[in-house]
Amino acid sequence: MTEEKKKRPPAGPFITTQFNTLLGWARKFSLFHYPFVTACCGMEYMSAACAHFDIDRFGAGWTRFSPRQSDMLLVVGTITQKEAPVLRTVYDQMTEPKWVIAFGTCAVSGGIYDNYAVVQGIDQIIPVDVYIPGCPPRPETVLDGLLKLQEKIQHQDHDWRWKKKRS
Amino acid sequence: MPTRIQKQARQDTMLLNMGPSHPAMHGTIRVMLELDGERILNSEVEVGYLHRGFEKTCEHRTYFSLLPYTDRLNYVSPLINNLGYVMTIEKMLGVEVPERAQYIRVLMSELSRISDHLTCLAAMAMECGAFTVFLYKMKAREFLWDVIEQTTGARMTTSYIRIGGVRADLHPDFDAVLKKAVEETRLVLKDVHGLLDKNKIFLNRTRDVAVMSREDAVAFGWTGPCLRSTGVSYDVRKAQPYLVYDRLNWDVPLGERGDNFDRYLVRMKEMEQSLRIIEQAAARIPESSRGFIAEGMAPAQAIKESRRQRVRKDIALSPNLEGSEEARYPDILASDKGFVVPPKEETYTSIEGLINHFKFFMRGHGIRPPKGDVYFAVEGGNGELGFYIVSDGTDRPYRLHLRAPCFHIVSSLEQLIRGRYVADVIPTFGSMNMIGGELDR
Amino acid sequence: MEEKTILERLRKEFPAGVRETLTSLGDEVAVIDKGALLPVVTFLRDGPGEFTMLLDLTCVDYPGQEPRFEMVYHLFSLSRNRRLRIKTRLGESDLRIASLTSLWKNANWLEREVYDLFGVHFEGHPDLRRLFMYDGFEGYPLRKDYPLRRRQPLIRLKE
Repeated sequence: MTEEKKKRPPAGPFITTQFNTLLGWARKFSLFHYPFVTACCGMEYMSAACAHFDIDRFGAGWTRFSPRQSDMLLVVGTITQKEAPVLRTVYDQMTEPKWVIAFGTCAVSGGIYDNYAVVQGIDQIIPVDVYIPGCPPRPETVLDGLLKLQEKIQHQDHDWRWKKKRS
Repeated sequence: MPTRIQKQARQDTMLLNMGPSHPAMHGTIRVMLELDGERILNSEVEVGYLHRGFEKTCEHRTYFSLLPYTDRLNYVSPLINNLGYVMTIEKMLGVEVPERAQYIRVLMSELSRISDHLTCLAAMAMECGAFTVFLYKMKAREFLWDVIEQTTGARMTTSYIRIGGVRADLHPDFDAVLKKAVEETRLVLKDVHGLLDKNKIFLNRTRDVAVMSREDAVAFGWTGPCLRSTGVSYDVRKAQPYLVYDRLNWDVPLGERGDNFDRYLVRMKEMEQSLRIIEQAAARIPESSRGFIAEGMAPAQAIKESRRQRVRKDIALSPNLEGSEEARYPDILASDKGFVVPPKEETYTSIEGLINHFKFFMRGHGIRPPKGDVYFAVEGGNGELGFYIVSDGTDRPYRLHLRAPCFHIVSSLEQLIRGRYVADVIPTFGSMNMIGGELDR
Repeated sequence: MEEKTILERLRKEFPAGVRETLTSLGDEVAVIDKGALLPVVTFLRDGPGEFTMLLDLTCVDYPGQEPRFEMVYHLFSLSRNRRLRIKTRLGESDLRIASLTSLWKNANWLEREVYDLFGVHFEGHPDLRRLFMYDGFEGYPLRKDYPLRRRQPLIRLKE
């Protein structure tokens, strides 16, 4: 690099960034979510999605009921043994990149239902990115969990299409 | 595994699967449809995706500590579930509940009932495409939940109604917040009436769709707003009055045809009646015998002081942090020491209180109803919410069974949608108000 | 006094089938033989009591007692605003009882639920399958001898 080029400030209004950061920034504010609503937490999910708390302010307002169009899986509520294969199928149908939020104590660990019917935490079935505690979590907690996920996405090593796959 | 409908289906028909994770199957339920074009020839409803072993788990919990499980049955109106369970136990024990607590219970259950109906109709309207209605109703629900939260400390799963009374007295600002919530709800109801009652799209999808006759409704064990939409006037609050419902002035709205629209309309009218009940109850509630205590001794200080002498000052320790707990007990909890948790300031500062506390919570002690079985029902959001409890004289229920109102209603779904179009499944299912926690337990 | 006459009429009508009638905590109860179930409830539904609604149907397990299972039926009369509880015992060796699906439509699911959770067979039920649990689930979870935490996962779970 010549001396001259080093000195000169960049011409025109542009910013420098890493492609990874840019992708993370774009992805974290355009989360289409699939609400896998099974139980009580669904009520608080509805509250979080509606006018009072408005999850749309954080770029996750768009609910998609097709797993193929969504990139954030919200597992809202208790997952029973009977439901487990359904959850696995829905997760498998989602395209990369995808993130999972365990919403509420039942999804996190089975909660107060430690018995024959309930799976003790959805991480026994699918990988989870963010755990939101609470039975059910307040909408504020949900939004906080969403921010945590966005932070995680921002700093993730993104796997873009033309990046070489490690064998 | 082949289901019944897969085995029976004709060669020339199509099978369509809805659920268990489907936008219109809020909650988890699976409907398999056998279709001839758009028309439903047969269907099979599969439930149990939210079977959480409620009844079995309760056999392993004490009468006191299983209360939070009842919150999560019908999670849209948890307070009524609390009430149903608690009143069943009170029937076994023969507990007298103070009048103020009874009024508080009425207030809380009616607030829950409105939020239940709001949620049901919001979901139903949204699935028919009326998203505005959904947002309006959720807004009203938030105001109601503010009232509940302020007093009980939780938005949904409150465990507020306890054996012998309620957990805490009403918040000092209760009246003001309630007034605002009632006003907001009235506005929303008015708006929704305007949006839906004469809406062509909504009417086409609900009027004369999924008609239930009176005889069938009774044969299916329907109760609640769904039964009343067919014209049968049965409301547990009127038929077997509990609490102070017989002292209040209100009507039971009835439908005529028993179709989806009637189920919608009955719920709408019932919310207005509930608001009436709330206003009357709030006006007539007996005053607390003791005013609110602004300040008291901090718990840590009280414990320290109790080591030297008996603490005579009030202690700021009540659940709503408004002052002494013990002073409120006569207004909101039964006087019998055996059935209610001893006040915390006694537990912390006196040896008798500590013994009482341990006796209440120790394994094998606590609340022990006499041997026998009992059935008691209250009017839940969906209808007759009954608890059948068998006691063997120990501190845990031998068997606890819930008569879930929506179980009976959902069991008729197959009959209601037979011969209709696929699109009719959505409003029909929406108007039933299926609640997974209650249905599958 | 209404209830007294109903219970009395029941005793008079079925002297062999009705074992005892009692009042427990304000609830009226009739304990009957399991063979008499169908005629008794038919009489209650169509007879003077007009118990047109089957409110609830459940089962209680008493291991160690013989007969082991107790079926509990709750009937309700809309016209008279009365509830009535019918109880009958079933032995473990012969877990069969008449189905009420011919009388009430909601008996279909209620009996499937009891079959699912207790393993009671209902004779004459058109479609007796599990309701809540899945195919392949072994045992009957609400029986007292089924451990609370014995899980039977449908798919392999990570630990």
